[in-house]
Amino acid sequence: MEILTAEFFQNALIGGLLIGITAPLIGIFLVLRRLSMIGDTLAHVTIAGVALGFLIDANPIWVGLAFAVLASFAIEKLRKAYKAYAELSIAIIMSGGVALASLFFTLGIGYNTDVLFGSIYTLSREDLYTVGIVTLVVITVVSIFFKEFFLLTFEEDAAAVSGLPVKLFNLLITVLTALVISTAIKIVGALLVSALITIPAACSLLIARSFKSSVIFSVIIAEIAVVIGLIMAGIWNLAPGATIVLLLIAMLIITLVGKKGLRV
Amino acid sequence: MKPDNLTASARACHDSIIELVDVSFAYKDKEIISNFSFKVKERDFVGVIGSNGAGKTTLLRMMVGLLSPTGGEIRLFGQPIRRFRDWDRIGYVPQKNSFNPLFPATVREVVMSGLYNNKKLFRRIGKAEQAKCDDALEVMRIGDIAGKRIGELSGGQQQRVFLARALINKPDLLILDEPTVGIDAQTQEDFFELIFHMHAHHQMTFLMVSHDVEMIEDNLGDEPLDRCGAIKFYVKHSHDQDCSISDLQHSIN
Repeated sequence: MEILTAEFFQNALIGGLLIGITAPLIGIFLVLRRLSMIGDTLAHVTIAGVALGFLIDANPIWVGLAFAVLASFAIEKLRKAYKAYAELSIAIIMSGGVALASLFFTLGIGYNTDVLFGSIYTLSREDLYTVGIVTLVVITVVSIFFKEFFLLTFEEDAAAVSGLPVKLFNLLITVLTALVISTAIKIVGALLVSALITIPAACSLLIARSFKSSVIFSVIIAEIAVVIGLIMAGIWNLAPGATIVLLLIAMLIITLVGKKGLRV
Repeated sequence: MKPDNLTASARACHDSIIELVDVSFAYKDKEIISNFSFKVKERDFVGVIGSNGAGKTTLLRMMVGLLSPTGGEIRLFGQPIRRFRDWDRIGYVPQKNSFNPLFPATVREVVMSGLYNNKKLFRRIGKAEQAKCDDALEVMRIGDIAGKRIGELSGGQQQRVFLARALINKPDLLILDEPTVGIDAQTQEDFFELIFHMHAHHQMTFLMVSHDVEMIEDNLGDEPLDRCGAIKFYVKHSHDQDCSISDLQHSIN
């Protein structure tokens, strides 16, 4: 039990709570626009950035962030070139990211499982500041443009006919996604990051009536999973990222079954 | 006086709401629309009829700025569309199947989104906007289902929601893109009655894309005023009063 009061654990808890806000907040927009896979793609590219960061001895989070932002621009470009095949751009960028990552890893430190599965217990003060800044940026931008993002997500054409800068907003959402991913990798790892983005949204879609409540539900669901997951992982010495993701899936199953039960 | 003359005389003394000047549109070297000019005048009801692939959706998307013409110019309310900023003057009712039916949004949230335009950026939604939303819900008689999820409603109810959203700004121009696809006959009839009533009694201009030739001819006259390839434009003007009377602008309520 003494692990719960240790400094590294409390850092992990704070970092987890922050990601528990940003990941589902961006996730709900991605899921509703059928762009769930973008999170996964950006995550794979971010691994490449993190690997390069280790290689050139720069802060891996920031290099990863730069890679994710670049990838998000590339996805938008490719999406325009292959309009009818939205998933094609995602597949290309994802494999490109994995290829780069393995190249950088073999050039440098060798494969690093921390990047793949997260290393929340090694969060430093500095890392926490980075996560904190990203959280602040995401919350601020989403709350300023909440109503516009809603219309854009609900019906892109209607947003355009209302004179909203649709292209700019699309880019903004993608960049925010890149920010969230590159910080969330530290918590749950690149392979599991899309779970934190998509599963809370998937749960809340089953129960929420309004858009506002679906956003609130998804954040609450993510926070519950993060807190309980970290405590369970701390006490029983489990992998924290994996525990959080499995808890999320358990919550999804409970919601699915519970909803069916209510209907009958 | 023959109705045709009446339409002609009324058309002459109104401003152009939508103006197409020598508009062309080509997709991959194939010209879909070539050098087409057309005017929608204030208080016209324009019905656009054409088979699939005739280019009516292309034309409509160009008129609202979703597509740029490859040649010619489009003007909205007298301004070139690139410089047009008064998007709150246009209400837009999309095709019924243009949204995800499982989207978590209440009727109220959808109607309210009609207010989210370029002029409302960085503005909070306050009491005045809530009141506008209440009005729009009231006019379309959907106040009692305001808290329901949009996907739970029948096709006819959804149509009323989207019409309420388009009307919330009390627009000068209402654009409807195949508004009744997939809706049963009785509901369609009610919907058209409502639309044509609004045209007859309110200060609004209408542009409606439809595949229902019979309905358009019943309401807008037998002969199209203009053609663009296989697309036909039926036009009816709504009043024969002196056009200088300016206080015809009464609210939708």
